[in-house]
Amino acid sequence: MKDYFVLALGNLKHRGLRSWLTLIGILIGITAVVALVTLGNGLSAAVNGQFGVSSTEVISVQAGGLNAFGPPGSGVVNPLTIEDVAAINKIDSVDFAFRRNIVTTRMEFNKNVNYGFITNIPVGQLRDFSYQALGVNIEEGRLLKDGDNNYVVVGNNYMTDKIGFEKPIRIGSRININEKDFTVIGILEKKGSLVFDNVILMNGDTMENLMSYGDQVDIIAVKVKSKDLMIKTKEDIEKVLRTRRHVKEGEEDFQVSTPEALLSTVNSILGGIQAFIIVIASVSILVGAVGIVNTMTTSVLERKKEIGTMKAIGAKNSQIFLQFFIESGLLGLIGGLIGILLGGMIGFAGIIGINQFLGSNTTPNIDFIFLGSVLFGSFIIGAIAGTGPALQAANQDPVEALRG
Amino acid sequence: MKKGDEVIRLKNVHKIYDMGETKVHALNDLNLTIHSGEFVAIMGPSGSGKSTAMNLVGSLDIPTRGSIFLDGKDISLMHESDLAQIRGKKIGFIFQSFNLIPNLTTKGNVMLPMMFQGVDEFEREKKAEEYLKLVGLDGRMDHYPNQLSGGQMQRVAIARALANDPEVILADEPTGNLDTKTGEIVMEFLDKLHKEGKTIIMVTHDPDLAKEHAEVIYWLKDGKLEKVTKGNRVGYSHSRHSLFSRSSKKEAK
Repeated sequence: MKDYFVLALGNLKHRGLRSWLTLIGILIGITAVVALVTLGNGLSAAVNGQFGVSSTEVISVQAGGLNAFGPPGSGVVNPLTIEDVAAINKIDSVDFAFRRNIVTTRMEFNKNVNYGFITNIPVGQLRDFSYQALGVNIEEGRLLKDGDNNYVVVGNNYMTDKIGFEKPIRIGSRININEKDFTVIGILEKKGSLVFDNVILMNGDTMENLMSYGDQVDIIAVKVKSKDLMIKTKEDIEKVLRTRRHVKEGEEDFQVSTPEALLSTVNSILGGIQAFIIVIASVSILVGAVGIVNTMTTSVLERKKEIGTMKAIGAKNSQIFLQFFIESGLLGLIGGLIGILLGGMIGFAGIIGINQFLGSNTTPNIDFIFLGSVLFGSFIIGAIAGTGPALQAANQDPVEALRG
Repeated sequence: MKKGDEVIRLKNVHKIYDMGETKVHALNDLNLTIHSGEFVAIMGPSGSGKSTAMNLVGSLDIPTRGSIFLDGKDISLMHESDLAQIRGKKIGFIFQSFNLIPNLTTKGNVMLPMMFQGVDEFEREKKAEEYLKLVGLDGRMDHYPNQLSGGQMQRVAIARALANDPEVILADEPTGNLDTKTGEIVMEFLDKLHKEGKTIIMVTHDPDLAKEHAEVIYWLKDGKLEKVTKGNRVGYSHSRHSLFSRSSKKEAK
C-alpha cells in the first residue's frame, strides 16, 4: 500500500501547477470550515464570558423599552420599582430578590473627565450573595463593607489604564464621581468582560443618595430557592409583573431571563451563522470535488500510454485502480491539510482580534478529533471523486492504451 | 525450462477487428511456435498483422479464434488481470518509444514491474541497481527519463524488461527511434541476453536488422505467415564476449 502512496505523491509532484490548481476548491472549503469553527468556538466563549454570569441560580428581570444605548434600564418608558422587588420577594420559590441599579455618570481623575458606569452593591445580608452572583473577585485591596460611604471598588481596566484617565488608578487613588470624592479601596480581578472590567462598585445607600434615582430599579436580581424551580419561578415572576404592570400575556414590556436562556439565545444565533457558512463551505468543497473528477479524468486520458505500459509490465486492473484512487485521495488530503493550516491561522487571528475588541482573554483551543475528521473527510472526498476516473483507468484495454 | 522447449505457440489464431460495418481480418489462421532460447524476428510491412501478432504473443490481447499457449497453458480464455500477472512474470517488454514512466526515476522504473509482482522493497531496490549496472547506467539511477538520451532510455527499458527475470524478451522495433549507432548498442544488449539464454522476440520492419540478429524470421503478409527463413545468426559463434564491458566504457566516455 505504501508503494502506491509513494507513486501517487510522485505523480502529483510532477504535475506541479495543475495539482495545486485542483487543490484550490477543496482548500478554500476546508479553510472556511476550519476558520469558522475555530472562530465560532472562540466567539461563543468570548460572548459567554461577556455575560459574566457565574451563578446559574439567578434570574434577572428587566423592563423593556428603548435600550439601544446606555446601560440596561436607561431610557425605559415604564421602569421597574422597589415595589416590584417587594412583590417578587413574596413569591414562594424565591429566596430573595434585590434591586440593581446601573448608572452612567461623570467621573474625574488626574484632571481628566470621563463617563463610566456605577452599579450598586446591596447593604446588609444580601451583600455577600450579590458579590457571588456577580462573580467578582478582588485583586488588590478589599471589597466594600457596610458603612464604606466614601469608598469605591473599581474594575481591572481602571488599573491597567484602558479607561482614559491617562494614569492608572491604584488603591488609595481619589476619584471624583458626580461631584463627590471617593477613595478606591479595592480593584477587581480581570474578567475579560467589558461590563465587569469597566465597572465601579458602590454601596447601595451611598449610590442612592448620590444619584437620587429614588424608587426606580434597572434590574431585579432574583435568587431562586432551588435550581429545579428556575422555570416555574420565571413564570411566576412574569405572572406577578403582568398583573402589576397591566399587560396581557404575549405583550410583556419586561423581560425575565434565566442565564441559560440568555446563553442559549446567543449560542443559537452563533450556531445559525456557523451552519449557514458551513453550507457555503460545503458548496465550495463540492465544487472542489468536481474539480478533482475533472483533473483525474484528464489525467487518465493523458496517461493512457503510461497505463498501457504499466499493464504490459504486469499491473493488474486493481493495481492501476489503486494508484489513481490514492492519487485522487491525496489531492483531497493535501487540500485538507493546507486548508486546516490556513483556516487555523485565520481562526486564531480572529480570536486575537475578538480579544482585542472585547478585552476578553479567550484562548483558542485545538480540537484534534475535529481536525482529524476533517483530514480523513478530505481524503475520502478526493478518493470518491477519483473513483470514476480510477475505474476508467483500470478498465483500459492494454493494446488500445499502449497506442496512446 | 530447457533450451529448445516450446515457450509460446499460436495455434490456428484469428484476430478480427469489428469496425462497425466492416470486419478487418488482421490475422488469418496463424500458426507459429517459439522455442526457449531462440532469437526470433517477426517481419512484415505495415498492415501485415505483425503488431497484432506481437500483442497476442505478448499476451496483451486474446485471439478471436484459436489458442495461444504460454508455457503449455492456454491463455486465450484468461481474464485480463490474470494475463497481467503472467506477462509481468514471463515476458519483458521493450517498446519502440521506450515507454518509461516519466514521473519515476530510472531506478523507480526498473523497480515497477517487481512492485506489481509483490516483491518487497529492499529486494526491488537491490535488483534494480543490479540490472542498471548491467546496462551500464549505474551512474544514472536517480535521473528522470527526460534527463536521459534515447539510447540510455532504451537501456533503462531493457533493465526494466529484465526486472522479473522473464523467459521471454519481447522487443517491438527496439531501434526504431534511435540513430544507427545507438541502435547497434541496444542490439548488442539483446544479443548478449540471447547468449545468456533468454528467448528474444523482435518485431521489426527492417529486414537487415532481422537477418543480422535473429536465428528464425517469420514473414507475415496480409495476416498470414508467408514464409519462415533462417537468419545469419544460425551457427553464431558467440565470439563477441566483451559486449557489455565495451558499451559500458563507451557510456563512461
